[in-house]
Amino acid sequence: MTAQASSLQAAAPALDGLAIEMCDVHKWYGKFHVLKGIDLEVARGERIVICGPSGSGKSTLIRCINRLETHQRGRIVVNGIELTDDTKRIEEIRRDAGMVFQHFNLFPHLTVLENCTLSPIWTLRMPQKEAEARAMHFLERVRIPEQAHKYPLQLSGGQQQRVAIARALCMSPKVMLFDEPTSALDPEMVKEVLDTMVELAKEGMTMICVTHEMGFAREVADRVAFIDRGEIVEINTPEPFFASPQHERTKLFLSQILR
Amino acid sequence: MNDIASPGSSVRQVSVRQDIVPRTFVRSQVSPDLPPPLAVGGVIGWMRDNLFSSVFTSILTLLSLLFLYLHTPDLVRWLFIDAIWSAPDGDACRAPGAGACWAYVNAKLEFFAYGSYPRDMVWRVDLTLLIGAGLAAWLLWPSAKHKAAALVLFLVVYPVIAFHLLHGLGPGLRATLSWLADLFGSKPLADVAANTLPVVGTNLWGGVFVSLLVATVGIVVSLPLGVLLALGRRSKAPVARFLCVMLIEIVRGVPLITVLFMANTMLPLFVPEQWSPDRLMRPLIGVALFASVYMAEVVRGGLQAVPKGQFEGAMALGMSWWSMMRQIILPQALTIVIPGVVNSFIALFKDTTLVAIVGIFDFLRAVDTARLDPVWAGPTSSATGYVFAATFYFVFCFGMSRYSMMMERRLTRGRSH
Repeated sequence: MTAQASSLQAAAPALDGLAIEMCDVHKWYGKFHVLKGIDLEVARGERIVICGPSGSGKSTLIRCINRLETHQRGRIVVNGIELTDDTKRIEEIRRDAGMVFQHFNLFPHLTVLENCTLSPIWTLRMPQKEAEARAMHFLERVRIPEQAHKYPLQLSGGQQQRVAIARALCMSPKVMLFDEPTSALDPEMVKEVLDTMVELAKEGMTMICVTHEMGFAREVADRVAFIDRGEIVEINTPEPFFASPQHERTKLFLSQILR
Repeated sequence: MNDIASPGSSVRQVSVRQDIVPRTFVRSQVSPDLPPPLAVGGVIGWMRDNLFSSVFTSILTLLSLLFLYLHTPDLVRWLFIDAIWSAPDGDACRAPGAGACWAYVNAKLEFFAYGSYPRDMVWRVDLTLLIGAGLAAWLLWPSAKHKAAALVLFLVVYPVIAFHLLHGLGPGLRATLSWLADLFGSKPLADVAANTLPVVGTNLWGGVFVSLLVATVGIVVSLPLGVLLALGRRSKAPVARFLCVMLIEIVRGVPLITVLFMANTMLPLFVPEQWSPDRLMRPLIGVALFASVYMAEVVRGGLQAVPKGQFEGAMALGMSWWSMMRQIILPQALTIVIPGVVNSFIALFKDTTLVAIVGIFDFLRAVDTARLDPVWAGPTSSATGYVFAATFYFVFCFGMSRYSMMMERRLTRGRSH
């Protein structure tokens, strides 16, 4: 079972090299300038939390990294592959960058296990047995192996989101992108998902999380970025970010979400 | 009631112990279920819910009952009691007061089934239908194994077998056989080569089996072609999209009769004479094309109903466009549109009767022709023939409808709470 490598992350985080490099990234929706020159470098093994008011462009930013949105100017390099219009490259980048969505986006017509094995079988050409073993491994890691043969809609929101995390991990991604993973959950289920994410972070996975869970940011983030109106207003390590934010907008935002 | 104790609560028969006056209300057991009131379950409840739920529905129910009371006896008498079940010719049916002439249907059954197909060779039709039915059952049986194999057999092997059986040994095969016969100088083999499955031209084909052939080809072609056209119409490639939109809008904007006439008279003009399609092939192409564009729009509706998150979920996993469509989007889209797809199939099945206008001898045409036979002509034989035809079409369409509802239930299993 070499494929499992028995860790949530395929390789130990290499300190050299960048996982993600965004250089002067701009995006427009029609005339609306959503991203105004984003510069962001994420090192391998680094955990970045992105926060900001709604409509600030934080989801758009993270969705540009795996080309769910196209950027119109600037450069995005993911694990050394530059994002262009080339379909093969885009697919390669997407295989390296797992994504977890706000609304889970599990496939309702497939069982939990099939959700996890589908892409390994069809895009990595993995034999079914191996894919299933790997899926069970990750379902155990997110602590729901007993639900493997159920359909997603038979599970609670928190369980579904953990399946979504396991499904992304089955592709052995080098980076994990979280797009407001707990925003659609009932309050009592937020913790189980955050616990899974904390565990993942502690194992050294490179993570970019768009989230409003500031407790999570404090606990695991290497850096916290505040985005407003399409710009990274402030980015800093959690301690000073929360204790002494530099920018007025950051202060205002933090005062609104931290009571 | 010693499990409940609460002063001043609305619970009846509270026995308050005098020494302790509890201030809290604690239920320590779940109270037992009560039986439902009479009007909820049972025959009376059903009737109240479904037949007499309001004044208006009550009036409708009574009117329907009156209608049934007035007409059912006559209908039953005509169809069964006064019907002529067996007779050597139409004399009995022509007698005054005679009901449905089932003897006529019985006498014409072979004609209805095979048209003018040579009588000594109808076993070839039977065998073809039998193999087809077997394969279809294998494909449609929900829990059958090896469906992929069944699909290949049905789509690739079966058409070849059916062609050789129905039409006769193809010239290529026959030539090969006679070449082998010459090679070995074998007389029996030469006989086999000359006499096996003699050609029966499509001008002799007719009846139920032609109707089933047209419907099956239409159904089998229209689903995949419709899916491709729907995908093309939604594709980002402008040329592919334009071509699909054109084809869909043109064919859909024209009556089936026109498509059939065009297939019949214009198709031969576009291809060299020796390539000109057979006279049965032309309406087959027309019907399949017509059904496909309708299917395309039904499938497009399903594709639009699949949430955007499903596309994103698949894309984020690095799946290619084709495997995303094949594995994620189409299974969900097609499940959503099962009612529409089956609607199209049913419409197609009944529309096959239109191939008669380009000279194809389908089942309804056979019924229509048989009634002119002077031996059986009579006041009731036409009506009996049409009742028989209506029953045939109804059984098939109703069967499709029921089957689809069953599949819908199976496929949506696990998708709702």
